Amino acid sequence: MQALSLAVHIPLVCFGIAFPALVLFAEWRYLRTGDPLYRTLARRWSKIMLALFAVGVVTGTILSFELGLLWPVWMQDFGNVFGLGFTLEGFSFFVEAIFIGIYVYGWDRLRPRLHFLSGLPIALAGITGSFFVISVNAWMNHPGGFALRGGRAVDAHPWSALFGNSFFWAEYVHMYFAGYIVCGFVMAGAYAWAFLRGRRGRYERTALGISLSAAAVASPLQVVVGDWAARDVAVDQPVKLAAMEGLAQTTRGAAEHLLGWYNGHAVVWGIEIPRLLALLAFHNPNATVKGLSIVPLADQPPVNVVRFAFQAMVGIGTLLALLGLVFLYVRVRRRALPSLRLFYWAVLAAGPLSVVALIAGWITTEVGRQPWIVYDVMRVDAAVTGAHVIPVSYGALWLVYLLLAGAVVWLLRRFSRVPLPVSGDDHAG
Amino acid sequence: MLADVPMVFILIGITAYTVLSGADFGAGLWTLIPFGGRAGAAATRDHTRHSIGPVWEANHVWLIFVLTVAWTCYPVAFGSIVSTLAVPLLIAAIGIIFRGTAYALRGVLDAGSGRGVSQVFALSSVLTPFALATVVGAIATGRVPVGNARGNVLTSWLNPVSVMAGVLAVAFSGYLAAVYLAADARRLSERALVRDFRLRALLAGAVAGALALVGLVVVRFSAAALWHGLTSGAGLALVVISGVAGSGTLVLVFWSRFELARVSAALAVAAVVAGWAAAQEPYLLPGLTVRAAAAGRATLIATIIGVAVGAAVLVPSLALLYTLVLRGRLDPVVTAAPSVAAGAAASVAAGAAAAGGRGPAARERAAWAGAAVSLVGGVGLLIFAGPAWALGIGALLLVACAVTVFALTAVPEEEP
Repeated sequence: MQALSLAVHIPLVCFGIAFPALVLFAEWRYLRTGDPLYRTLARRWSKIMLALFAVGVVTGTILSFELGLLWPVWMQDFGNVFGLGFTLEGFSFFVEAIFIGIYVYGWDRLRPRLHFLSGLPIALAGITGSFFVISVNAWMNHPGGFALRGGRAVDAHPWSALFGNSFFWAEYVHMYFAGYIVCGFVMAGAYAWAFLRGRRGRYERTALGISLSAAAVASPLQVVVGDWAARDVAVDQPVKLAAMEGLAQTTRGAAEHLLGWYNGHAVVWGIEIPRLLALLAFHNPNATVKGLSIVPLADQPPVNVVRFAFQAMVGIGTLLALLGLVFLYVRVRRRALPSLRLFYWAVLAAGPLSVVALIAGWITTEVGRQPWIVYDVMRVDAAVTGAHVIPVSYGALWLVYLLLAGAVVWLLRRFSRVPLPVSGDDHAG
Repeated sequence: MLADVPMVFILIGITAYTVLSGADFGAGLWTLIPFGGRAGAAATRDHTRHSIGPVWEANHVWLIFVLTVAWTCYPVAFGSIVSTLAVPLLIAAIGIIFRGTAYALRGVLDAGSGRGVSQVFALSSVLTPFALATVVGAIATGRVPVGNARGNVLTSWLNPVSVMAGVLAVAFSGYLAAVYLAADARRLSERALVRDFRLRALLAGAVAGALALVGLVVVRFSAAALWHGLTSGAGLALVVISGVAGSGTLVLVFWSRFELARVSAALAVAAVVAGWAAAQEPYLLPGLTVRAAAAGRATLIATIIGVAVGAAVLVPSLALLYTLVLRGRLDPVVTAAPSVAAGAAASVAAGAAAAGGRGPAARERAAWAGAAVSLVGGVGLLIFAGPAWALGIGALLLVACAVTVFALTAVPEEEP
């Protein structure tokens, strides 16, 4: 159930990280050039931002309910260690909510400079908010900063547990770039659709240029950041890495397998590339990579789920990076948007694909952690609630989220159909 | 002593949530019954929507604040409460989803579309405070034993006191909302709406007052411990304060002093919350004192510091938001955008044009060079560096590279 809610919440988080910056960029262009087109753009985007934020607020609330509803024992035993991250995140949320209200409702009322300034805290709070939440997740993956007595955390040092965590920074930067990739490609996808339908006005070109640039810049760099994150996993969570790669036995100079299926002993029907895994994980083709067998079978995560999710993320990520590079190349060499229709079909596909990659990446890290909720400390089944209403509520929640998704799609469609105001007149925006 | 500080935060959070979000929920109630006034139903709905638009998200975050402080500082109590009271909390959660989504849909779309969405919004606005108040009732009457889902799934929250609390919460939020909406209508010079909401405030206030008295009777006969707490010592004093402030609010509304009425209504709620705390003190759950439930020292101190730092940011921000709202700076604009904006924009544009004259091509080349250097440096550090600080610099360089390239490519070249 938590998984379901998170899957709904995470894409919204991406918009929370990246969208305010894009909106502010558009408004900044307006302030610099006085071109009303940018104002219209920023204004329309800010409304979408508000709607997505509202949905993000409610799904975030549900998540905090669920943390307690589903994992009371976990909260009970470890809440003192990681709760601080959420408390601080609450303040980020506050700031975001306050200034988003001022920003969106203040378009006509505040002086332009002041209005622009009122948007800055939104972008900042989006960054800090995700920062705090991911610090909690990083702690779950690489716990520290407490002593264990009788199965319960005592002597907790929340600051060092959350922010002095070596695992945290790579995960955070990875997520931050992912925010821009998802937000940029999803929005660019919407405008690519408009392009394909023949709407190639100045408004669409500008909107596409901004959103696609953000994604195109972030996606190739994400490859490097991902490599960094993977090396942290290799050091701190060898079992997760072994599951991601389907490596049963500890191997020196281990090989990488593309595609294929893990049958319990090895990856079959995959494309084998010798020594690549060792090279990737430790930057040394002769390094020793630990296999799944270093822990008993009961402590191994479901290998194929993790492996498949990981490969999906990497595969899609690579394609997105290529797309980003193509865009940047054309953009810089020809000083124009690409003209090929195929390119816009690719961008259209990149929107949903980037969300898939995001969720796949999240499955990799969370399922790869199984069966632990706090890595190597507490198992998931020990943390779960004793309440019996969970299956019913699970069904109810599915229904609610389906409705929610429908509502968001409908809303965005409505947005795209609102006729554009004539250039220079933005009262309809 | 240290163990009590976060509890004070929680109580402040609950009070703020009740006063602020309660009014937002109440506004939803009034969209359910918008007719019967001089102003039309559509005008009434529009008014409620505009009135809560800029603030409801910020108000809602108080709930998240309460939850996070609760589970950080009193993890055992939190686990017990949510596992026993899973049903009402789930109802509240679903209500919150529906309300937020319905509002997002309605707030963005133009008025008049989506009647069904309106109804969902209104119904969930009633359901959520009811469910949350039953949770309060359950805790106050000691029906939540310590442990993982140890209490009764149904009777823990479907009992006379809880149901009474739920009904009272709905009535009270309607009352608060009517007071606020009357004040907002006055600011907008909507005389018909002022008259409507003044009348509604008086009616709802009378109903809420009567329900509060009935509630006391229910407590007297079905929750002896709570009754004892509320009728002795600090509890009694706070109940009296609440009663005085509550009736004072009615008088103020009658005289149409809405801004003062906002304050006294908030005082009445704060007194009820504090009275509840005083009545239960020092117990959080049966057999579990606040002190025993509290997390370790380091956690408490970290939370207190966190909240203090957060408050330093939050208080000015909230003050700014409410000042802007109360001064009408975020109200919908009737006339066209002021020409000041256009003038300022023009002057900024002129300045930008002047600045842009200094060899844009050279600057662009420099920016590309900078991007290339930071790319090489960032990638190199991230791949080959070991120590944490070097990795950090690498990440920063990558971000710098991303920002530079974005700035260079995001704006499409203008065709001649």
